[in-house]
Amino acid sequence: MGAFLKLLFRNRLAGFGAVVLGAIIVLALITPWLPLHPPNATVTANRFLLPGTPGHLLGTDHLGRDQLSRLLWGTRLSLAVGFAAAVIAGVVGAAIGIIAGYFGGRTDNVTMRGVDMLMAFPYILLALAIVAALGPGLMNALIAVAVVNIPFFARNIRGITVGIANKEFIDAARLSGMGHTRILLTEVLPNVIPVIVIAMSTTIGWMILETAGLSFLGLGSQPPQADLGSMLGEARSAMITAPHTSIVPGVMILLIVMSINLLGDGVRDALDPRLRSGALTRPLPATQVARKSVPEVPAKPGLLEIDALETQFHVGKRVYRAVGGVSLELKPGECLGLIGESGSGKSVTALSVMGLVASPPGVITGGAVRLEGRDLVGAKYERLRSLRGDKVAYIFQDPLSTLHPLYRVGDQLAEAILSHHGIGRAAAMERAVKLLEDVRIPNAKARARSFPHELSGGMRQRVAIAMALANEPDIIIADEPTTALDVTVQAQILALLDRLRRERDVAILFITHDFGVVGQLCDRVAVMYAGRIVEQGPTREVLEAPAHPYTKRLIACVPELGEGRRVLAAIPGLPPAVDALPEGCAFAPRCEKATDACRAGEIALESHGGRKLRCIHPEPAPVEESA
Amino acid sequence: MGAYILKRLLSAIPVLFGITVIVFLIMAMIPGDPATAILGSYATPENVERLNRHLGLDRPLWQQYFIWIGNLLQGDFGRSFALNRPVLDEILDRFGATLILAGTAFVLCALLGILAGVVSAARQYGLADKAITFVVILGISIPSFFLGMMMILLFAVQLRWLPASGMYSIWGGGDLPDLLRHLVMPAFALSVVATGVIARLSRSAMLEVLRQDFIRTARAKGVHERRVIWGHALRMAMVSIIPVLGIQAGFVLSGAVYIEMVFQWPGVGRMLVDAILKRDILLVQGGVVFVAACYVGFNIIVDVAQAWLDPRIKT
Ligand code: SF4
Repeated sequence: MGAFLKLLFRNRLAGFGAVVLGAIIVLALITPWLPLHPPNATVTANRFLLPGTPGHLLGTDHLGRDQLSRLLWGTRLSLAVGFAAAVIAGVVGAAIGIIAGYFGGRTDNVTMRGVDMLMAFPYILLALAIVAALGPGLMNALIAVAVVNIPFFARNIRGITVGIANKEFIDAARLSGMGHTRILLTEVLPNVIPVIVIAMSTTIGWMILETAGLSFLGLGSQPPQADLGSMLGEARSAMITAPHTSIVPGVMILLIVMSINLLGDGVRDALDPRLRSGALTRPLPATQVARKSVPEVPAKPGLLEIDALETQFHVGKRVYRAVGGVSLELKPGECLGLIGESGSGKSVTALSVMGLVASPPGVITGGAVRLEGRDLVGAKYERLRSLRGDKVAYIFQDPLSTLHPLYRVGDQLAEAILSHHGIGRAAAMERAVKLLEDVRIPNAKARARSFPHELSGGMRQRVAIAMALANEPDIIIADEPTTALDVTVQAQILALLDRLRRERDVAILFITHDFGVVGQLCDRVAVMYAGRIVEQGPTREVLEAPAHPYTKRLIACVPELGEGRRVLAAIPGLPPAVDALPEGCAFAPRCEKATDACRAGEIALESHGGRKLRCIHPEPAPVEESA
Repeated sequence: MGAYILKRLLSAIPVLFGITVIVFLIMAMIPGDPATAILGSYATPENVERLNRHLGLDRPLWQQYFIWIGNLLQGDFGRSFALNRPVLDEILDRFGATLILAGTAFVLCALLGILAGVVSAARQYGLADKAITFVVILGISIPSFFLGMMMILLFAVQLRWLPASGMYSIWGGGDLPDLLRHLVMPAFALSVVATGVIARLSRSAMLEVLRQDFIRTARAKGVHERRVIWGHALRMAMVSIIPVLGIQAGFVLSGAVYIEMVFQWPGVGRMLVDAILKRDILLVQGGVVFVAACYVGFNIIVDVAQAWLDPRIKT
């Protein structure tokens, strides 16, 4: 509770709302004991006194009645009526909702039909009809407002109750012979009450507004009794000559409703954990960059150089070092595999290249990514954009979520082309169909008009590959493109990628957790663990003679092609959390050969010919069979 | 699509039926003899007798209902004794004015609300976002009738830019510029609350969408950020915005009652309030059923728009 209040008040607006509302409620409560003029005492001589007149702080109205007194009494009445309406609507609505949700079946069906019918009315029509039948008056307006809001409660509470009614403890209660009434009162109700209370507190402002509205129309409180709405309604005729009589009650309604709204927002934010962690931020167009220094550019630039790249996630005060100084190089036409468990930082490395790491919370804090010698980290947005998809294209894991669900695949392909080439829609569409044919999609012309959800998983990934090929890039970065697919389709997609890269001479950075896949496709492989490269070398050599204990274990448990998921289960332990990396070798806690030296300090990535290794007790090379 | 529209139209029949039942039952709560209540000061014995015969008011409730429905289906909404003319004529005379007012306000709140929400999301935590959030909180808290009165004070009384009232009939003589001059203030005052609600929802819908994978794909393709926001993201966010537009249309229609009172707008809302105060029961009953039915129709349009926008909905 204390923590909750703290959260609430950290949201300054909610705190402001709470204070204002609290003050108004206190004033309303103590009104009878305040030294005020009687609210209904008319003194015709004192009509329309301006605010500030001695004895009448807020002036007087058209009958010479003291505005301050009327305002406080009116506020009292409005609050009471709004509160009562909320309680009535909440209790009746909740009762209906609980019964419908608990009993289900026909009861539920019939009740909810009725609720739907009520909700088919714009609310005021229903309220007006009820007032018309019962006659104008504050009590009747209260009833009307309460009735109009019952469906809202009934529907919400029913939803919650349905969830509870299917839980085991309800079944257990039923089996133990408890009656329905007892179950409802002792098991269901306590679980629903918090929801009812929250729903009530967020709708009170609304109820006050609605009853004030009916009074404003002359259908609610009748003279001389006045709530805020009827004060405003009566003042309307003198609005031009004595505007203060309108402004005073109007501002009060505004203050009440606004403070309740602010408070309600604060309560919602405090209760919703997603908002608390700040997860509901939208990623910027490019990853933020905060580098202290920039590595020097080498004399002879290659196609793509990732140079001592550091990417972190800043969540609140915590810093997750997802990528801790990774260097990789990709030559034209080659396929480099980047392998590691989930959380090893391989995807973040790949996304950092084109500034696609979600940001916030992602920040590139060091290193460089050079495309043909020019740094992409910190590049101007427009330069980055013009290279994305044109020079460097991506293929992502699950094409159902990575393709836009509401655009036809042909349009999505055409858009990839049109973002970089002003060739006109018709030409782009034509090329899109050609691309679909290139990735072996049968009946490409018709398929171009399909939406992603109308295609199979394998077809969708073919579309994604076609999209990556659209502008004939130099580099394709494929982030686990086959993981979401079943085994046979995986093999087809891998074969397709292999063929395309040989035909088109495109370099591929292939991210995976599966050594089987690497063996099929990649010339070289780099193994990542806890945000760093631990071993690197030509695929064949690494596969035949892994030098890092982690690599060896990864390879040792590769199952048949494609079923890479088992790899994870096969290595005991978990990779370390990247906000709490151990001193020394990060793999030490899981390594059989770990010694004190391993934990002592930084272990460098050392080159041995074409291979690199970060380990002080490498695995022995397998003994060559001698003839 | 055609089949879906037909299906949706058919599904409106039970709803319309339900609406008439509800209105009928509410009106049956009127204490005392119904014919006397309806006739008010015209309740001479002959008149009561005639009305009883016409509406079957001396028969059981369910028979009364079917007589009433039968009459409705033939376009006979009864007669307003206070106005001495058929209820339907009066409603039709007034409905155009309400439609213009509420329709304009609805278009305003949809456009402004979505615009504000998208800008707010795209500039999350920036100055524009904070400014919009503040205005939105103010907007959803201010009672539309109070806002309307304050606008009259400012723009009609102080600045004398716009007329405060004086719309007697939309078809009565005034030309289009005249109509627009009368329309600006009430339409704006009416749209404010809904604009706030829609802006809020659009903002959170956009934030939700912008975090999804296909947005990253669009960016990875090199699609320009402006298009990512206003194309890819907004298109997806519309799926959750459109149903709310339907709900807000109901609130705009409701708010129109207040605004028509404040600006003396000759619409159905004011007609209903006057009718209630004069105890003109048949006029209230007819007006409520008529407007509710129109709203049901509008919601069909919303659903069809939704199905058209989202191909994943089974049509
Ligand atoms: S450095 Fe030590 S702990 Fe780390 S992998 Fe090599 S042997 Fe194991």
